Amino acid sequence: MSLFGEVPQATPVAVFKLSNDFKEDPNPMKVNLGVGAYRTDEGQPWVLPVVKKVEKIIVADNSLNHEYLPILGLPEFRSSASKIALGEDSPAIQENRVGAVQCLGGTGALKMGAEFLRRWYNGNDNMKTPVYVSAPTWENHNSVFANAGFEDVRPYKYWDAEKRGLDLAGFLGDLETAPKHSIFVLHACAHNPTGTDPTHVEWMQVAEVMKRRKLFVFFDSAYQGFASGCLDKDAWAVRYFVTQGFEMFCAQSFSKNFGLYNERVGNLTIVARDADNVRRVLSQMEKIVRVNWSNPPSQGARLVAITLNTAELFAEWKDNVKTMADRVLLMRASLQAKLQVLGTPGTWDHITQQIGMFSFTGLNPKQVEYMIKERSIYLMASGRINMCGLTTKNIDYVAESIHETVVNVQ
Amino acid sequence: MRQTCNSDGGVGSTENVQVRGITLLPIFVDTPIAAPNPETKLLADFKKDTYLSKVYLAGREYLNEEGQTSVSPLIGKIMQQIGTDPTLCPEYPSYFGLPEFTRRATELVLGRDCHAIVENRVLGVQTVGSTGAVRLGAELLKHWYNVSGVWCGPVYLSSPCDDSLAGIFEAAGIQDVRRYRYWDTEQRGVCVQKMMEDLEMAPEQSVIVLSASAHCPTGSDLSQKHWRLLTQLMVRCMFFPFFLLPAQGLCHGDFEQDAWPVRLCASLGMELLCAQSFSHSFGLYGERVGHLLCVLKQSSTLLAVQSQAEKQVRALWSRPSVGGARVVATVLCNPAHHVEWQEGVKSMVERGILVRERLREKLRLLGCPGSWDHLIQQGGLYCCTGLNVQQVEFLEKRRHIYLHPNGCLNLK
Repeated sequence: MSLFGEVPQATPVAVFKLSNDFKEDPNPMKVNLGVGAYRTDEGQPWVLPVVKKVEKIIVADNSLNHEYLPILGLPEFRSSASKIALGEDSPAIQENRVGAVQCLGGTGALKMGAEFLRRWYNGNDNMKTPVYVSAPTWENHNSVFANAGFEDVRPYKYWDAEKRGLDLAGFLGDLETAPKHSIFVLHACAHNPTGTDPTHVEWMQVAEVMKRRKLFVFFDSAYQGFASGCLDKDAWAVRYFVTQGFEMFCAQSFSKNFGLYNERVGNLTIVARDADNVRRVLSQMEKIVRVNWSNPPSQGARLVAITLNTAELFAEWKDNVKTMADRVLLMRASLQAKLQVLGTPGTWDHITQQIGMFSFTGLNPKQVEYMIKERSIYLMASGRINMCGLTTKNIDYVAESIHETVVNVQ
Repeated sequence: MRQTCNSDGGVGSTENVQVRGITLLPIFVDTPIAAPNPETKLLADFKKDTYLSKVYLAGREYLNEEGQTSVSPLIGKIMQQIGTDPTLCPEYPSYFGLPEFTRRATELVLGRDCHAIVENRVLGVQTVGSTGAVRLGAELLKHWYNVSGVWCGPVYLSSPCDDSLAGIFEAAGIQDVRRYRYWDTEQRGVCVQKMMEDLEMAPEQSVIVLSASAHCPTGSDLSQKHWRLLTQLMVRCMFFPFFLLPAQGLCHGDFEQDAWPVRLCASLGMELLCAQSFSHSFGLYGERVGHLLCVLKQSSTLLAVQSQAEKQVRALWSRPSVGGARVVATVLCNPAHHVEWQEGVKSMVERGILVRERLREKLRLLGCPGSWDHLIQQGGLYCCTGLNVQQVEFLEKRRHIYLHPNGCLNLK
């Protein structure tokens, strides 16, 4: 008798079923708007030119060894990654109260932060501290915090489906009524999946409530640079919160903005009130890392560190990032323009107002089904599309399909 | 100690601090400093030591004659090829890692014609080193071992064992971690009888963590005869074996022999987990190339277990990094590379045996009291000298030679 005999099948992740269905679709006009990665105008993945350059540098460097990295990761990676998030001239960095842990991508950084908070935040091993994630959010947020032991993972109001925008009143309302010391997972920019970010003024309001109610700030920053094309612009919210005196976590991913999806390059930036606090927190982080992956992988971190710490390479990287962001912005503008020209019912301004890889089109589940079945255009049931799936070659077809869908299906 | 929070105020000082006129909210003020890792302290002491002839024997890596970690020319060449290959795709790998890697890693342990593989009841997952493999295995056991009952341990570890193991199971939520006697200080070998005694007392469905070969940190392994006795016991008591295979090939210079206990259990139709590392055998420590093998009794359970494993991986690290696994897969998939690599491993083993023999010989010539045969009976990277705590301290303070406090050392 197998001791695993009663293990139930876990529900599959929706986006992968979508990819599978797309693969098996014989329609030559098919378009996959459910991908989670950047694509060129030819619909291909893109190795950033600066990445190719640095890879060659690494391969040619005989002095590099393959030893274990320190538990907390490559020091030059950690510090330069934190600088990217907080800014070179960040007061927190100057005051020596920033620490970092190199992690396995953004997921790993969220995981390490969650494990630390469960053990040491708001008491010891307090699993009852509520963790708030946006409604909707990247579905793995729920799993990471739940698996770290948190028993109470709840949604906070975020997306207003009718308005097709931010539900600020709902968001602020949930902040006001959350139990003190609750943890809030905030998307630093390019909210996944809605593409809708608070404005600066709105962020300021959020910060004011969070400070007053002593709520914990946990930023998830997976798209810095990728959203507007400018690193500093995309980090505005994170940096503002630092100026407001918060002690906080920021989980950074370099998967998208470096195109290093498969090397799992992430960083958990920790802002504390002084160096002693940083020291103690990092000492506990070491213990947590040790029983998770022991030490992080070296290749991706090395590549990012060399890039960020070498002036010409850094400039080239920023340029590559802008290339990706610009293409996305172009696709947004094109799609919105085409829908306007077609006279598609409804308003489509949200497509250009939203930012980053994803867009919540506002299509309902019936309309999504129609798009998939009748037009072989694959998108999430929520109406989310990945702008990177659009190209100059398929954008007309997609625009026409949206038009037809909205007209015929209610 | 557990403290609950009340909804109105957390635990800890609410005293705010002002810096540059900005009020800083205290959150981490109650986080205590963690006790330093004993290995870290030992290494720090070694680094501070100004004695010219100091020796550090407590590391975790294979070092060459120059005292450096290195990769073989073959690995170096393959890394270059991969680094400049324009066709390689930067996309996310599957949650299970590279399929060509997991397939070969599975075959390496079980043998290509293992019934379990043929009958499709084997799951292979690429992990972040062997630590990642143990952690994933622990999470799988915690969540899905015996769903109808409430399984919460115990897990049995050898005494001694790698000092991070207990922590990994605890982090996965398995608090009931116990020890079975393994190393006999007097006999300077495995105390099989005591081990069996301890395991006879274990409750049914206990998980037993076993070192397939090159036991860390003692370097002492069970004989095949003893493995047969142990597996009979495990079948009788319905124990679940969780094998550690950190350095297949590096113990006896023979890949089959080093994996023999795992193959034995598989051939008996047992379910098992096996955590593998390719750090030592490829010199790829920083790349974190690990693998978790799961052998099931029935192929009908495979899909369900696979889906749950995927769920666990997503919440741990989402996907593994591919760089190192790609190198390993390239070697294992190419017969010529595979042979060249195996030869390289064999010569590392030969060097290790030479070191062991020389050490024993020198001790004999010096007329060192006691028997030192155990040095050549052990295998792999580690060696347990049998020195006690005071003797280890003497070596460190008076002779500037650094060992683990338990008397174990890294041969390289």
